[in-house]
This record gives sequence, structure tokens and C-alpha cells, in this order.
Amino acid sequence: MIALQRRADPSRLMGYLAPLLALGITLLAGLVLFAVLGVPVAAAFYAFFIEPVSTLYGLAELGVKAAPLIIIGVALSIGFRAQVWNIGAEGQLILGAITGAAVALVFYENDGWYVLPLMILASVLGGMAWAGIPALLKTRFNVNEILTSLMLTYVAALLLSWLVSGPMRDPDGFNFPESRLFHDAALLPRILQGTRLHAGTLVALGIVLAGWVLLSRTLLGFALKVNGAAPRAGAYAAFSQTRLIWIAMLMGGGCAGLAGLFEVAGPIGQLLPSISPGYGFTAIIVAFLGRLHPLGVLFAGLVMALTYLGGETAQITLNLPLAVTGVFQGLLLFFLLATDVLINYRVVFK
Amino acid sequence: MPESSNSAIASTSSGPLEPVALVEMQGISKAYPGCLANDAIDISLQAGRVHALLGENGAGKSTLVKILYGLLASDSGSIRWQGKPVDIDSPATARELGIAMVFQHFSLFDSLSVLENIALGMDVDANDRLRQQIIDVSQRYGLPLDPERSVYSLSVGERQRIEIIRCLLQEPRLLIMDEPTSVLTPAEVSDLFDTLERLASEGLAILYISHKLEEIRRLCDEATILRAGRKVAEADPRAESARSLAALMMGSDVPPASIRGSVATGEVLLSLEGLSHVASDSHGISLHGLDLQVRAGEIVGIAGVAGNGQDELMQVLIGETRLQRADSLMVCGRAVGRLDPGERRRLGLCCVPEERLGHAAVPTLSLSDNAFLTAHHRKPMCNAGLVSHKLSREFAEQIIERFKVRCHGPGSLASSLSGGNLQKFIVGREILQSPKVLVVSQPTWGVDAGAANAIHEAIQALANEGAAVLIVSQDLDELMQASNRIGGLCAGRLSAFFPTLETTVQKVGLLMGGSHS
Repeated sequence: MIALQRRADPSRLMGYLAPLLALGITLLAGLVLFAVLGVPVAAAFYAFFIEPVSTLYGLAELGVKAAPLIIIGVALSIGFRAQVWNIGAEGQLILGAITGAAVALVFYENDGWYVLPLMILASVLGGMAWAGIPALLKTRFNVNEILTSLMLTYVAALLLSWLVSGPMRDPDGFNFPESRLFHDAALLPRILQGTRLHAGTLVALGIVLAGWVLLSRTLLGFALKVNGAAPRAGAYAAFSQTRLIWIAMLMGGGCAGLAGLFEVAGPIGQLLPSISPGYGFTAIIVAFLGRLHPLGVLFAGLVMALTYLGGETAQITLNLPLAVTGVFQGLLLFFLLATDVLINYRVVFK
Repeated sequence: MPESSNSAIASTSSGPLEPVALVEMQGISKAYPGCLANDAIDISLQAGRVHALLGENGAGKSTLVKILYGLLASDSGSIRWQGKPVDIDSPATARELGIAMVFQHFSLFDSLSVLENIALGMDVDANDRLRQQIIDVSQRYGLPLDPERSVYSLSVGERQRIEIIRCLLQEPRLLIMDEPTSVLTPAEVSDLFDTLERLASEGLAILYISHKLEEIRRLCDEATILRAGRKVAEADPRAESARSLAALMMGSDVPPASIRGSVATGEVLLSLEGLSHVASDSHGISLHGLDLQVRAGEIVGIAGVAGNGQDELMQVLIGETRLQRADSLMVCGRAVGRLDPGERRRLGLCCVPEERLGHAAVPTLSLSDNAFLTAHHRKPMCNAGLVSHKLSREFAEQIIERFKVRCHGPGSLASSLSGGNLQKFIVGREILQSPKVLVVSQPTWGVDAGAANAIHEAIQALANEGAAVLIVSQDLDELMQASNRIGGLCAGRLSAFFPTLETTVQKVGLLMGGSHS
């Protein structure tokens, strides 16, 4: 018989191994799924995991998809450490894209160097403002931030859809619900010729580093960890819960807004009714898969980016539905939660 | 008639002179990674007897009891219930047999009422019948409790009453009590003992775990003493002295704590001047015009039953709750009533709250991080604005060494330490910050005699160096031993304070009860 036995101390090794184990099981489950669907397993495996990253262009695409996941994932994992559950990064991403794009459109055909920095500032502020609403409701009225931040995502999506079909619609765009294409000064510089890899990828790496230093070496990071693990101990140590909720929410909102801008000023180049394939939600899985640690988030972001690319390739070469991406992401989170049991328990065979 | 003769024959055959033990545990062993918690322990419990299980923290008492209650499986050994071998594989099985347990750490839902908590624990509906049962049991056994109150608003002592009542409602055959009196006053303890004695006389077997030797001598009929996972003795506690029991338990003689005599005349370092605080919660206790001066070199004790304003007083002193008037709380001549805990610590006021895990320490963080938790306010712990892990680890090592904290090192999680060791670490952390004023709540709650001595000695040494110390405790013996002056806290009001040498336990008992004579 197989039984679970509680460990004396949580296993640190399993903390690192569990995500890898979950990845392995996800892979197996995915291949079983392909087999059941009647798809040749080897071809599916190749299409999903190898082909997308077999070219330089593919690798660059991986960076393009991973950047928003990593940027948001780092910020969310810092908030999650403090038990601040910002589930609405997708909405904050949309708001950042809107405010950033608004600046780009206001300065249309302006070549000033300041256009891009202004857009970045606007996007961060836009994301923060959207995250500030749940923060205010939480700190003033003790409203659950999971619900408010999630619901505001749908408000943001509707706002975007109204804006692109109304005030921000391209005047020469034959009534398509799209904004103008951004002017060159409003686009992120490409860092690799012939690919879509943009400067935002470098920013993502910088954010990983900054998040790491924040969590491990600053008083603020320590306070976030303490208040997340034991709020009363936080009060005892003079860490203000209200202040930390604000900081965690605004950090998440700001980073999501920035990621949103990098999408519209990077690969997309204009405002569309839909600008993100759910990066804000996927970043939640990225945060947990990365053990709420910035370095882990970096790797988890790359893995999740691959599921996006793999889903697209599988759609093209094997005629599989794009929903395969979602299935893989869901499986991964599911198995991760399951394997996390091994951190506190060991399996014994009796 | 034939039936009764049958049963008579049955009882004779099992031997009237040697009644079958209610529970017999034989050769129980249990290993954890890195330690043998129980090593071939035998214990047998009789109906109608109170059996003490005695041992230091880490001696293996909890493990043994958890095996009996079905929370842990033993590696080897057997359990017999009324002579029949049984396999207690879960608490549900234990409860079916008639085993009930009152834990030292309670498992209650804070946001639910007393009634709902009891209903949940017993898996019945929270109806009027249950409410009446609760009221009946609570009155019958002297455990006053309002079924409608929410648990979050209750003190530790009141929460324990819920657990006891919950057990008694199940009409058990064996009642296990883990350190039940650590949060009760002498009067409550005496009531509880009356209850337990009555229950024992009704035929209930009681397994009583405690560090308090005097209590065991008063209450218990027999005792099993554990040390480092082994059974070292079986004793008749009434035939032993508290000192001899302690010697059996610890394996060496216990030095008596010195009684502090002289009343200090140093300058006033901590001063409560008409300190009032209105409770924000309808079940909280408001503090009414507290006046108290604590001088350098002095240890002042505040005695009182849980739920008389201790929690509120600690919150106000720590700074988790700000006062209306800044000057109603003075530290070294500075008004601190509106300062946050960090600012107060910088001025020299360090506090140790009652709850170790989750309040005084973060369970999931290392000792090193837990050292940093409060010490960063008073000691240099940062380099160029960044947290220095080296400095906090060094401070943690210093605490571990000075206070003989048993652990793997500064990287151990706070939750992995036993209660006594963690308390030594926490008290040590505050004392090694050389505070001018130290406020400690329940310094030795659930702590074994050896650790309690170490903590008391450290507190006295701090006072001797010129700090003012305030101890808030429900353990009257502790206060009588450790303090220069003593008074009571009752319903949010402080009594007058008297030199400890000129007062008696009975008199302090009166002060705790609100008598101001």
C-alpha cells in the first residue's frame, strides 16, 4: 500500500524537484492525450516542444512570449509571498496597454526621444491605477482582492473593446476596431535583426534581478515575507499591513501595465481588441511554477512561453486546436499542486 | 436472573483482584528522522484513576499520546483496550472507543461561534439542544462559556474551555489532557481539579500531561515519567516530593530560583499614567486608567486570569494598538503611546507576546530571519541599505549559544523547535538587544522546568543590569518567585501593587479576582 507520511521539516530539495516532476508528468499526460486523439506521438512531441525552438527566429519568439510572463510573474510572486492575491494582472496589462497607446497616439508622427519613455511611464501608471482599485477596497473596506481584481479584468477588456471601436479607432482604418499603427518613435527597438525580439526582453531580465534583490536583501522584501507567513508577527515587527498591500498591488499592476505596453509597442505595434493571449493569468501559473522566486519565475516563464509556441505549431502542422495550449497549462498547474504535497510529505510503500 | 449470574461468572473469570486495565500500551516505539521519540514504552491506564505523564519538552510525551489518539502510527508495539488488542488508526477510531483529548494547541475556527465550533468537532447540528448541553456541562464542571461568542474574541484560557467541553460532551471513557492548566488561575485550576476528580470517581480514566509537579502531586494517582523517549520510572506522585519528581524527569537536580527581595529605588523607566483603551471589538476588554511605574532593576508581576485585558494590555504596550494619549505610556521619560512597535523598540522597549508561533516568531522562517525580525530595530543588521544575512545569522548564533537553544543551527525553521526551546530563543532575542524595558507575557507557558529556569535567570540578570521588567502571567507561582512587586489585572483594571515578600498567594488571588483591599 502507498501512504503519505508527514516529514519532520518541509523538504527543501522537493521544493525544487516538485516543479520538474510536475513538468515530467505533464509531458507524459500530454503525450497520452495525443495518443488518445490519434495523433502520432513522436510528431506531436516534436511539433510541440522541439520545432518551435529549432530556429533562431523560434528562440527569439520564445523570448517575446516569455518576457510578459516573466515581468508579471516576478511581481505577482512578490505579492503572493505577502498573501496579496492579485488575480487581475490581465486587466492591469490591458490598462497599461491602453494608457501607453494613448500616449503613442497623442504624439503620433512625433519623433521625439521622449515618446517611448512617456509611454512606459503612462503604462506603469495605468496598470497601477487599475490595481489601486482593489488595493483601496481591500485596505479601506476589507473587500477580498481576489474577486475585485478578477472582475476588473473583464471591465478592462470591455473598456479596450470600446476604445478601439470608438475614441481610439484608426480614422483611416475602414472602421476596423483597431488603432493607428504606432509611429517608429513609439515602437520598442528590436535587439535581434530579422526577429521580433525587442528591448522589453532585457527589461524582463532586469526585473528578475531587481525582484531577487528585493526579496532576499531588502527590508521591504523581508516585511512582505513576514506579513504573508504570519501577519501578527508582522504587526509585532512594525510592518504595516496596509502599506504592504498597497505596495504589492501597485507593484503587480505596474509590472502588468509595463508588460501590456511591451506587447502593443513591441510585437503588435498598435492597439487591437485583444492584445494578450492571457499572459496575466498564465503569469499566475508561472509564479507558482517558479516557486515564487524570481529566478524560478525566469525558467517557468520560458517553459510556459513554449506552451504558447507549441500550441501554435501543433495547430499549423497537426491541425490540433489552439486550446491544446490551455490544456497543457492547466495540466501543469494541476500536477504542480499535486507534487507540492511531496514538500511536506514523503511517500512510503508498506 | 440467569443474565446477572452469567455476568457475575464472566467478571470472576477475568479475576476480581486484578481488574483489566482500560488501556494498555506495550513496547511502543516511534522513530522520527534523526530521533527516537518513543523507545519501547509501556503504560497502562485504569478506569477511575488519574495517571500523570511527566517529562521535559522533547521527552516523547506528545508522540506517545498522539499514537494513543490515532494521530500517529507506532513503528512497533501494541495497544489493548479493555484487554482486547485494537488498532487505533485514526482519531475517529479513538473517539469510537471512547478516547477524548484536549490538546495544548487548539484547533478552532476563529470566525465561528463556540456553539458552531463544538458542533463541527462533534459532527452534529448547531441546534438549541446542543446549546443547552453546552450550558449544562459548562455549569456542572465550572467552565463558564457563552455559546454564542465568536472564538476570535476569546482568550487562550476561554478557548481551552471549549475544547474541554467538547470532549466532555462525547462522554468519553478516557480523557487525555495535554498541559491543561497552563492558562488557568489557581481558582480555575482548583475548579478543574474538582471536575477531574469527580469525573474520575464516575469511572473515567484520565491521562494528565503536565510540567507542574505540584499539580501532579495533588491530582494524580500514579505517574509515568519519560526522559529522552524512554520510560525512566513509574512513581506514586503523592509519595514523592516535587523536587524528587523533577530530578526523575530531568535526570539531575533542579536549582531553586532565587526569590527577589529588595524593592528597587532606581529611576522610573516604564510608566503607565492613566492608560485607557476602549476595546474595538464588543467582546474585547477595555483598559481603564491603568497606573503603574516600573523602576530600573525591578521586576513587576501582573497576575490575572486570561481574558481580563492581558491581550489588550500587551497589544498596547507592544504598539500594535496605538493609544489615544501619547503620554499615557512613557518609556525612559519619553511619551510613546502613539509610536509604532519599531520606534518603541529603538527607544528601548522590547516585548515578548504570549503566542510564540505566529506572533513572536514566524514559523516558516529560519531562526536567523526570526532574529532579524525584531533585532533590526536596535542592532545594525544591514550593509549599505541591504539586509545582511551574515549579521542576522551571527546574532542568531549568539542567542542559540547564550541560551542553549537546542536546534540544528540558525538555519532551522522556528516551527521545528519545541515550545521551550523556541521560547528561550525569543526571550533571548529580546534580552540580547539590551532593552531598557522588557515586557514579557507568559514567559514560561508550556515550557519545561529546565527551560523555565533558564528564562527566569536571564530575566533576573537583565533586571540586575538595570533594566525595568514587567511580567504578565497567569502562573502565580512564577510571579511569586520572580517578581519584586506584584499586583492583579481584573476586568481591565489594575489592583494596587505589593512587595512580593510581604504578600501571599491567597492575597494575590484576591487581587486577581478584583478585590482591592
